Amino acid sequence: MAKQYETVIGLEVHIELATKTKIFCGCSTEFGSAPNTHTCPVCTGMPGSLPVLNKQVVEYAMALGLATNCRITQVCKFDRKNYFYPDNPQNYQISQLYLPIARDGYVEIDTSAGPKKVRIHEMHMEEDAGKLVHDEWDDTSLVDYNRSGVPLVEIVSEPDMRSADEVIAYLEKLRMIAQYLGVSDCKLQEGSMRADVNLSVREVGAEEFGTRTEMKNLNSFKAIVHAIDGERQRQIELLEEGKEVIQETRRWDDNKEHSYAMRSKEDAQDYRYFPEPDLVPIVISDEWIAKIRAQQPELRTEKLERYKKEFDIPQYDAELITESKRVADLFEKAVELCGKPKKVSNWIMGEMFRLMKDKSMEPEDLVLSPEHLAKLIDMTDAGTISASVARKVFEHIFTDDVDPEKYVEENGLKTVNDEGAIWEAVEKVIADNPQAVADYKGGKEKAFGALMGQSMRALKGKADAGAVREMLMEILKA
Amino acid sequence: MANKISDETIEYVGILAKLELSDEEKEAAKADMEKMLDYIDTLNELDTTGIEPMSHVFPVNNVFREDVVTNGDGRADTLANAPQRKDDTFEVPRTIG
Repeated sequence: MAKQYETVIGLEVHIELATKTKIFCGCSTEFGSAPNTHTCPVCTGMPGSLPVLNKQVVEYAMALGLATNCRITQVCKFDRKNYFYPDNPQNYQISQLYLPIARDGYVEIDTSAGPKKVRIHEMHMEEDAGKLVHDEWDDTSLVDYNRSGVPLVEIVSEPDMRSADEVIAYLEKLRMIAQYLGVSDCKLQEGSMRADVNLSVREVGAEEFGTRTEMKNLNSFKAIVHAIDGERQRQIELLEEGKEVIQETRRWDDNKEHSYAMRSKEDAQDYRYFPEPDLVPIVISDEWIAKIRAQQPELRTEKLERYKKEFDIPQYDAELITESKRVADLFEKAVELCGKPKKVSNWIMGEMFRLMKDKSMEPEDLVLSPEHLAKLIDMTDAGTISASVARKVFEHIFTDDVDPEKYVEENGLKTVNDEGAIWEAVEKVIADNPQAVADYKGGKEKAFGALMGQSMRALKGKADAGAVREMLMEILKA
Repeated sequence: MANKISDETIEYVGILAKLELSDEEKEAAKADMEKMLDYIDTLNELDTTGIEPMSHVFPVNNVFREDVVTNGDGRADTLANAPQRKDDTFEVPRTIG
């Protein structure tokens, strides 16, 4: 019988903090600005410049630590990690090695076999590096230092995960916590959440871990799953052939669905860490921890509980809505405005999720405002617009956040309540379609549907279908 | 001099520091580093039992700034240091094959 292997995975997750400024200087962290605009002597490592720690970074890191059941390190400090690379103008990264901000936590994930704890070894604060864009044609790389000095928290897990599914569940959990706390938007495609995967395989039942490799450059959940499957396979094949797995860093190429060794012997990973002399220690009092703890917002589990009590919506709906803080906020605000949780939930669960899926959008990309969604629901309930018009208007609210009242007014979409107008339209359809009328009278039921369709079209879908049907029947009977 | 820096060590340190040293420079660097290590040995002669290690020389902690943008467009000054630039970026030899 073939050997059975178990995959052992630990993760290093980098989360970019949602501060307005960088970790050690007053440069903006805004994403997508022109290259090198958000730079200064501090974040470009000019001699003589001095870093000063952004207090918000410490508080966000503490919030993340507390929300993941970590112990906060009450005397913590920064260290220098030395390496040469064009993305790093200082030739060292200010990070934390000896006394990281938080340690020994865990998050609980749902697996097919029930809930499982993934332990967090530690969490440290550090600065991000600049961004390199590789020019395929010129054989050059272009460096933009806007990201240099943007605050990061690196979360190092224990090797507690056993499958790609568990890894994704863990990442989704971390992302949800960070988003609920408001400490990061965690957009993988913009790089505000990144994961390095440490993976080894061992025979089922083995006590010892196998030799692990580290995979970098994973910027989507899809790439992470592919890389895990690919690396597991590669390592098993090596072992089956009687070869050894070499401990190394590998870069995943999602286009080629293949990883390759990144660092050669020449680039030995010897970072020569030492205490950062330009920054003084951080002393965190019990009072400071208590203050951050008291400020922690409602997290998802508590929110779900409250939804169950406060709103009459199905558990399944509540679960999907609270999966993202952005959607939950939208839901709550719209409910507050129109007072109809069931209807708000229906729009979100139906049309909104459908459109998001069609356009492959993340909750963070949503532009529609709760005010306009609430107004649309009120207008539909008041009979100002028909259900089919409401769906059309919703699409415009979804894409451009239009004011439904104004939009309906400008496009003449109000429901036709004027019986005279409906009567007139129906009479005209009957006059224009003598053949269909004759067919219907001759017993062809199908002809009624055609007349009904023509009438609704003539009224541009703005009339109540029941009223149109009634009048059509009445005239045909006469 | 008690400490000896081997050829391998000086080679390795050179790689880490991205420095290409001539044979004379290597010898000079070895002598300097040996002196430094000897000095550390001198420091190590001091009895430090019961003394808490310090991570900083000043009795100061918690120096923070508020999260407020104070810097404007630093592009011109930053790019003034670029040996080679393309548009508004630093152009460097390709880093990934």
